[in-house]
Amino acid sequence: MLELKNISFNVVDGDKNVEIIKNLSLKIPNKKFVVLTGPNGGGKSTLAKIIAGIEKPTEGKIIFNDEDITEKNITERANLGISFAFQNPVKFKGLEVIDLLRLSSRKKLSMDEACEYLSEVGLCAKDYIHREVNSSLSGGELKRIEIATILARQTKLSIFDEPEAGIDLWSFQNLIKIFERMRKEIHNSSIIIISHQERLISIADEIIVLAEGQIQYQGNSEEILPKIIGTKSISSVCNKLK
Amino acid sequence: MFKMDEIQKRILKEVAGLHTIPVGAYNFRVNGKLAGRSSSNNIEISGKDDGSGIDIQIKDGTVNESVHIPVVLSASGLTETVYNDFYIGTNCDVLIVAGCGIDNCGSQNSEHDGVHRFFIGKNSKVKYVEKHYGSGDGTGKRILNPVTEVKMDEGSTLEMEMVQIKGVDSTRRMTTAELDSNARLIIRERLMTHGEQKAWSKYRVELNGENSSADVVSRGVARDKSYQKLDLCIVGNAACHGHTECDSIIMDEGKILAVPSLEANHVDAMLVHEAAIGKIAGEQLIKLMTLGLTEKEAEEQIINGFLK
Repeated sequence: MLELKNISFNVVDGDKNVEIIKNLSLKIPNKKFVVLTGPNGGGKSTLAKIIAGIEKPTEGKIIFNDEDITEKNITERANLGISFAFQNPVKFKGLEVIDLLRLSSRKKLSMDEACEYLSEVGLCAKDYIHREVNSSLSGGELKRIEIATILARQTKLSIFDEPEAGIDLWSFQNLIKIFERMRKEIHNSSIIIISHQERLISIADEIIVLAEGQIQYQGNSEEILPKIIGTKSISSVCNKLK
Repeated sequence: MFKMDEIQKRILKEVAGLHTIPVGAYNFRVNGKLAGRSSSNNIEISGKDDGSGIDIQIKDGTVNESVHIPVVLSASGLTETVYNDFYIGTNCDVLIVAGCGIDNCGSQNSEHDGVHRFFIGKNSKVKYVEKHYGSGDGTGKRILNPVTEVKMDEGSTLEMEMVQIKGVDSTRRMTTAELDSNARLIIRERLMTHGEQKAWSKYRVELNGENSSADVVSRGVARDKSYQKLDLCIVGNAACHGHTECDSIIMDEGKILAVPSLEANHVDAMLVHEAAIGKIAGEQLIKLMTLGLTEKEAEEQIINGFLK
């Protein structure tokens, strides 16, 4: 279980002190598929980075499985079981897909196991396993590889920052299927997805709407969806693609 | 056969990936002396009359054969210049593995300057792997100044893998190539310098024949207070394709000067160059740290991948 207690995050902009997250408290129990949504600039990505240890909160505490992890760095949190999928996947010259999957699983992953993770994200392993994770891959391909690295980690908490951002509609349809499968197969772990997509929001156990650094709404999809449809928190794909 | 000690065996493994005597033709040089030589039916290795080096003659049509010519220097204060000439016949497909390792535990400089000349026959395909390595904790410097000259006949292909990633204090590398029509040259250089090391690497590739092509890519990492100068030039004298790329990671107080250059002397010469120097991107470190690696482990993985 993840618990955020009175988290604040401020940045200095010129001579102004800007509050990005304002005294936010939140509990995410195990076995939950949570979608974090809300208008752009509301603090969603910052909050995800604070959980992963990439940003340090100005105030507040983070408790993960009964342990205070507020002072722990990125590596320590990763080893305690927190995974973070970047909104813009990072490219590496020379590192191949198999290298990244092996680093993710922290073991000498066999080719068969690596192929398993790639097929789960809809990539033909034979074509990708030895590809370099560089600009020769499309946005959609990089995104799927990024998700495969999270699958390979098999951690207790996985955070995905806007997995739909920057990919084409065709890839998006497949991406939704990946998350629908994750939703079904969730066992002793939790998933937090930052998203504006109605299809993802509608399969969530819990929706959290973040605006201006604070929780605006929190609840299940039946309660929350009617409140946010038609707002900047949500966008739906073209009807023909549904 | 010369019996190698443990240091010499270790160096041989680093530069040639060999644990024991290879199959096929080979020539081992240890501390300035011949330590073993073997020719095969198709590949003949012979010493030059003046003792300055060796000639390697590869018969026409030799395929799937290899030649190993490693050099090991484990005595401090040894300086040598060796001339090796490779005459590769027509329609061959061969692998040539060269490389030099210096272990200097003494106070005097050890230096090996290898001059390699390649004459590649029509339609032949050659893969050349050259690894340079230094070790030893003496104050004497480990110096390697390789010179490589290549002449490629019509339709031939040469793939060169030049690697120097550890322990060489000073290196001046000079590689020149002349390509006839439809010849293809691919160069992949990997260079890492650390401490106060200095490396100069210069390439001049002349595309003389119609439809000849060259792809010269150098990747370097300069750590600590080391210095690298990469000078990659492609000259287009015919309708040809040339691409040169210097891609470097700079760390600590390292310095890198990248000078890719192009010279077109024919209206149908199509030449491209690229150069990039930068430190390891923060987001690359963060991504690997989110996978559970420490910052130092992440840095190592990024560099290993970059130099792979």
